[in-house]
Amino acid sequence: MNARERLVTIYLYTRFERFWHWVQAALILTLILTGLEIHGTFTLLGFDRAVEIHNFVGVSWLILFVFIVFWLLTTGEWKQYIPTSKRMYDVVCHYSIGIFQGKPHPIQKCVDRKHNPVQRLVYLTIAAILLPIQMVTGLLYFTYNHWEAWGIDFLGLAGVASVHMIMAFFLLAYLVVHLYMTTTGHTLSSHIAAMWTGRDLVVEGTTVEDWERAKDKT
Amino acid sequence: MRKTDGSDVPIRRRPVRSFVRATAGAAAAALLLGAPAASASADEPAPGRTLARQAVEEREHWNTTDHSKHEELQAEFHAGPEVTRACLSCHTEASLQFHQTIHWTWADPFADPAKRNGKGGWTVNNFCINIHSNEPRCTCCHAGYGWKDDTFDFTDQNRVDCLVCHEQTGTYVKFPAGAGNPAAEEMVFKGNGKTYYPPDWNRVAQSVGRPTRRNCGVCHFDGGGGDGVKHGDLDSSLREPNRELDVHMGTDGEDFDCVRCHTTRGHLIAGRIYSTPAAPDRRSLIEDDLAPKIMCESCHSDKPHKPGVKANDHTDKVACQSCHIPTFGRGLPTKMWWDWSKAGNKKDGKPYTEKGPYDRPVYDTKKGEFVWAVDVVPEYAWFNGSIPTLTAADEIDPGSTPVRVSWPLGARSDPNSRIFPFKVHRGKQPYDTENKTFLVPHLFGKPDSDAYWAHYDWQRALVSGQRAAGLPFSGKFDFIETSFVYPTTHMVVPKERSLACEECHADEARLANLTGFYMPGRDRSRPVDVGGWGLVGFSVVAVAVHGSIRFVSYGSRKRKGGRKGGNDAAKEERS
Repeated sequence: MNARERLVTIYLYTRFERFWHWVQAALILTLILTGLEIHGTFTLLGFDRAVEIHNFVGVSWLILFVFIVFWLLTTGEWKQYIPTSKRMYDVVCHYSIGIFQGKPHPIQKCVDRKHNPVQRLVYLTIAAILLPIQMVTGLLYFTYNHWEAWGIDFLGLAGVASVHMIMAFFLLAYLVVHLYMTTTGHTLSSHIAAMWTGRDLVVEGTTVEDWERAKDKT
Repeated sequence: MRKTDGSDVPIRRRPVRSFVRATAGAAAAALLLGAPAASASADEPAPGRTLARQAVEEREHWNTTDHSKHEELQAEFHAGPEVTRACLSCHTEASLQFHQTIHWTWADPFADPAKRNGKGGWTVNNFCINIHSNEPRCTCCHAGYGWKDDTFDFTDQNRVDCLVCHEQTGTYVKFPAGAGNPAAEEMVFKGNGKTYYPPDWNRVAQSVGRPTRRNCGVCHFDGGGGDGVKHGDLDSSLREPNRELDVHMGTDGEDFDCVRCHTTRGHLIAGRIYSTPAAPDRRSLIEDDLAPKIMCESCHSDKPHKPGVKANDHTDKVACQSCHIPTFGRGLPTKMWWDWSKAGNKKDGKPYTEKGPYDRPVYDTKKGEFVWAVDVVPEYAWFNGSIPTLTAADEIDPGSTPVRVSWPLGARSDPNSRIFPFKVHRGKQPYDTENKTFLVPHLFGKPDSDAYWAHYDWQRALVSGQRAAGLPFSGKFDFIETSFVYPTTHMVVPKERSLACEECHADEARLANLTGFYMPGRDRSRPVDVGGWGLVGFSVVAVAVHGSIRFVSYGSRKRKGGRKGGNDAAKEERS
């Protein structure tokens, strides 16, 4: 690649993808904010309102999450999240060295390949492990009064609450890094703009190898 | 208007009843006109409401007689027992029923009689301690006539005082040192300087009716010898409270009398008796319309809030009182501290009293030092309805102070226990340093007696008191700090003034002392918090460092004007 490479705009993110991304962002932010207030970190809305909002938003997210998973499965987009270690080294090198030298990202986005290997791994971990744990512990927390009837009162609220908090801290740390990473596009705001418009800039002539395709060539 | 004319005919017909009738009439009319049955049934009140209404609204049901018309009550009376005899001529079983109750025996009916539990026995508190040797003063609150010493005949039917609970003139007053008798002639009580007159016996006898707040309050508002002394939630402000003070009794609200909840069967009145809970199980009137109406759940059920409201989930572990009685002593000041060891100081060789805040005595030569308080935040404990109380025969451990004279039973693991608000009264009282027991002081008596208030000599008073109680005394005594608990259950605030969640769900909040369980907002795992914030902090630092290096390297590349990379090329393309 050289300095004369041309950038082209491609349509990457479909309407539903963008919708669920931003709604999910809003829900997570609200959940973190109200969750920390319930945790006792600060006082903002008042405990009872924080609990009310947290419960409502939590259940809303659960419903949205079902739709997201359904969409991923039916569109085949789930393949974008298949983890791989191939070329992960390139990506790590880019963020630790290349980015400071002004080098282009080793893996350009395209419809067939929206995520680089690091993103695949992180997003899969969040969607398949972190969020389900958060949802299960959240639901357990919510249904605390039924534990005895369900025969699961051996769990202990302290344990469930702690796991829920650990996941929340992971999410918050992720959010910090995720927000920062949006600035690493071709311009500071190009990644964020892409999540609104669906269109992102990539280097012209980007090729995708078969193994990393989310979709069949046909 | 509360009836004061002595008649049993209710003056008021509550508007809500006419509303119900009008609604029922409208519903019937709608049915006749062929309206769909479904719309009519939607107007029907909930099943429990009808029963509840019947119990309170239909006052006529209780009052089928006008006592002023009874011939027996026209006779000339000169003393209480004469009135009682007249009452018994119709109410043949009343005295025999009453003899069975704790209002008469002052003994715990559920305890082993040998232990002599009850205020007429050896049970002590940290107010005036015990009645033995002090009967004429203490028994002015006994619903009987003439309990002046241990010779009182508990089998005498005519000694039952019907009037103190049933008279409706509000003029019937017992003489404070009269052993339960009203003044026989015009008399001044030195203790308060007030003049007491004999009752107008015929007028009070003809006024009788169902007990009102005023009747119960004659004794219960003045527990401990003064208004609001013992209970922070039961004082004379409840005679005519507004709904802000008590949402149930408020005259501008529901206007309940005590007996609305403290239901009565053959003169046995529902309520807690020493270690026996007021109600053994949590039933509502919807489940059992004969359940005693003593608990909040009797009328409100165990899911009293709107469906889905978290507070409904709390009713298994938190008593209604905990949130709905945010503070006690809201009506009048209540006594929080009574130090008998400070008693006996004199000014110019004379006993004196000194008033403090709230116009209440903070020092009294006869009784020692007091602390009063208003609007007090209760102390909370797991409570299953039982409150054991020590007696003067029980051995105490002087090494662990304050010694708990009474304390709530309960534990988080006990399904019948819930977090409950208490007034805890603390003080110092005499105890036998050899026998390790509380001591009964002879306080009230004639100048020639051994009473403390006659000579201010503890030794004489304690020897005399212990002798009267039939208990040993080594002769050696000291004062020891004690605590005594009262469950806070009256003065329920309107719902909009009940406690906010964060009053408990926060650090150092109301339930800070109740440990051993996880409470959101209060409890957290320190390792999780430290690790979590550490991780978040690390992320912030990492991206800040990364971003700074990017910024600096971008600047240096731009200055050099050298080879441009992807990011820089993009900017060029777009510009």
